[in-house]
Amino acid sequence: MSHHIVDLHDVHFRYPDGTEALKGISLRIVHGESVGIAGANGMGKTTLLMNLSGQLIPTKGEITIGEVTLSKKSKQEIRKKVGVVFQRTDDQLFMPTVYEDVAFGPVNLGLSEEKVRERVNAALAMVNCLHLINRPPHRLSEGQKRSVAIATVMAMDPDILIMDEPASNLDPKSRRQLINLLRGFKHTKIIASHDLDLIQDVCGRCVIIQDGQIAADGPSEEILSNEILLKDNSLELPLSRQYLRT
Amino acid sequence: MKFETEFFNIGYLDTLSYKDTFVHRLDPRIKITVSFIFILFVVSFPKYELSALIPFFLYPVFLLAAGNIPFRAIFKKVLFVSPFAVFIGIFNPLLDTRVLLTPFGIPVSGGWVSFLSILVKFVLTVSTALLLIAVTSFPGICEALERMKLPKVFVLQLLFLYRYLFVLLDVGLRMSRARDARSFGKKGKEIKTFIKLISVLLVRSVERAERIYQAMLSRGFRGEIRVLKHHTLGLFDILFAVTAVAFFFLIKKVHIVNFVGETVSRYIR
Amino acid sequence: MHMADALLSPVVGGAMWAGSLGTIIYCAKQLKEQMDEKLIPLMGVLGAFIFAGQMINFTIPMTGSSGHIGGGMLLAILLGPYPAFLVIASVLIVQALFFADGGLLALGANIWNLGIYPAFIGYPLIYRAIVKQNASNKVITIASVLSVVIGLQLGALSVVLETKLSGITELPFSTFLLMMQPIHLAIGLIEGFATAGIVVYVRSLRPDIVDNLEGVKSASSGGSLKKLLIIMAILAVITGGAFSWFASTHPDGLEWSIEKIYGKPEVPEKQNPVTENLAKLQEKTAILPGYSLPVKGAENTESGPSPWPAVDPGTSLSGIVGSFMVLAVIILFGIGIKFMRRQKAKM
Repeated sequence: MSHHIVDLHDVHFRYPDGTEALKGISLRIVHGESVGIAGANGMGKTTLLMNLSGQLIPTKGEITIGEVTLSKKSKQEIRKKVGVVFQRTDDQLFMPTVYEDVAFGPVNLGLSEEKVRERVNAALAMVNCLHLINRPPHRLSEGQKRSVAIATVMAMDPDILIMDEPASNLDPKSRRQLINLLRGFKHTKIIASHDLDLIQDVCGRCVIIQDGQIAADGPSEEILSNEILLKDNSLELPLSRQYLRT
Repeated sequence: MKFETEFFNIGYLDTLSYKDTFVHRLDPRIKITVSFIFILFVVSFPKYELSALIPFFLYPVFLLAAGNIPFRAIFKKVLFVSPFAVFIGIFNPLLDTRVLLTPFGIPVSGGWVSFLSILVKFVLTVSTALLLIAVTSFPGICEALERMKLPKVFVLQLLFLYRYLFVLLDVGLRMSRARDARSFGKKGKEIKTFIKLISVLLVRSVERAERIYQAMLSRGFRGEIRVLKHHTLGLFDILFAVTAVAFFFLIKKVHIVNFVGETVSRYIR
Repeated sequence: MHMADALLSPVVGGAMWAGSLGTIIYCAKQLKEQMDEKLIPLMGVLGAFIFAGQMINFTIPMTGSSGHIGGGMLLAILLGPYPAFLVIASVLIVQALFFADGGLLALGANIWNLGIYPAFIGYPLIYRAIVKQNASNKVITIASVLSVVIGLQLGALSVVLETKLSGITELPFSTFLLMMQPIHLAIGLIEGFATAGIVVYVRSLRPDIVDNLEGVKSASSGGSLKKLLIIMAILAVITGGAFSWFASTHPDGLEWSIEKIYGKPEVPEKQNPVTENLAKLQEKTAILPGYSLPVKGAENTESGPSPWPAVDPGTSLSGIVGSFMVLAVIILFGIGIKFMRRQKAKM
């Protein structure tokens, strides 16, 4: 279905202070693909995600999601298709209880109270957090917050899921649960992460960003086993492969 | 050090507020109203009134016991905030030296009586305020305030403050510790360093607010926020309110303490 | 300094609550009409920031003791009067509940004392008058110190007035004032400099935070209604002060003026319904009519202790014995409940 295709065409982005964060990114992601975005700090990963989610608008070039091209006017529409899970969970959970946080999106979509309740329950069930439904967010562990944050996004039934460093600050068990969860999602996934092992486990395709441009784009199997390529981009082999190497 | 104790204190009271007891389940509007009426009754006593205040302890004691709140926690807090009242009240014995009564033959000046009265009123009112939050979650109080017609903008303000209070306290705590780790004696705690610390905290806070705003936008925010109503007035709520207020009226009118005292004294004689 | 419930009378406490609530409602209304939606998370986070900021101590120069910032003026500078007042109120509410800072009745007075003066006097009348776009650091410092000091002085004066009008303390008006004002002058100077330092430094990090909330501020600071509020506040302070001064220096002046106006030294039947009801409450039980109301024969607490109470206040022998007995019963009652609950939990 064409309306799930994400198309970036020569996207540039410059910050108000002059920093050129994206210098011509062209990328095409089809429905159901799972793409990992890797790259050293400051290379443009987060900026790219912010452009994809409509938070920022390219200073040059175009982003098209489905049939909608991103612009000031279409921002709202894009937001309905794209669900973003931010790096810092505290920024994303701002309501008094988990229920109200997860309900925030559906309520804003204009759904009836019945429907909202349905969506909330379904979303929380999806991330195995139904039992937390009346908890205040500041009483959740980091892993729980992360799961709930995902639920807040899933409740809006997005076509595309964008995540920025989803496993940061998670303990091993929570991280594993997150990976399993993500593998189960059929949505188009775009995940920026330093955790190359996570990208390996979750994403079939891997894109490396260096200096605001795409340095490599291909199947994760290939990219993440190419030690020289990774080193050239200030990265390393995923830990699991380093072990295997010896 | 003080930061840490304060931090954990607020967290502790907050944890208590989410317990599940009869008192916790009462409608927050009732608890706020009754507590407020309680305080009005207590402070309506004139300055030399002391023993008539005693029966009022029943209300905070009830909240504490039925709400399963540890006595020591409340006691320590009350103690901690008492200095101001003591500081102002202590002038009474100094200025008012006319002997008011002589129990057991010891002359006691009016000033001491009014001072003690202040202290008792203080303990009653302050413990009740603490117990109110200990048996009612803060969001519960906010919900009550909104239903009691406080402007929504303000209620939202309270909720957002509460939500990010712990987050920012945590950030502040870590900054404070980091500073302490590199301070020796008074060096490092000067106002200059403080200004820089606070300014950085301020900027980080504003940046956080911007990110939250983005998160809100990304979930369709367009200016309206709907906060849920969790409570409805039930029979027990009304019963509690009526009983409590009637009790306050009763013990204000009828000097129970004197009655008991006189009966016992007569019995002894 | 925070007011405490124990030092307030119901009337004074109620009056201050009325003033504060009225202001909250007014500010909320102003915001609703012209609010930038960004303000919602910003105000909340800044409130939390003030809280966190108050936890960080610094050593006060020349004294060695540690202090912390209040933040009212800083909020006014960052947000403008209406949002700032709401944030200050919200911080005080949280403090009253979680830290028992003063109490629930005194909360009304505290919100007024610590909110009105920085937001509606210090900021619009002093700071904004002096500081224009791209002001120099020196100008900011002067404006900041002036507005904070005046704000705190007015706040301290209010505390004294509220306490005296409640009639619980024996402290003579002048002595109390003499204690409070210098302390708050010192606090004001420090906080003024600290606030200036923060504004200057933040401006160097992110100028838009300090300068560009102009859009929000100018939108929310328009209206002659606001000027009216400010004038009312000043008048209230002045009349309150004058009244108190008059009452304190002319001990029987209160009675005298009531006599003159009503022709008899007794309370007229017609009073404002609110005060009437609160007065009835106090009257019914007041053995010693306090300073707080012109109730039958108000006496002064200025020159020496109050007149001999007409009725035994209940602290004689039977009072003492009775007190302990009743207290013991109440404690036993409490322990009983706790015990019963523990039993229930075991089952």
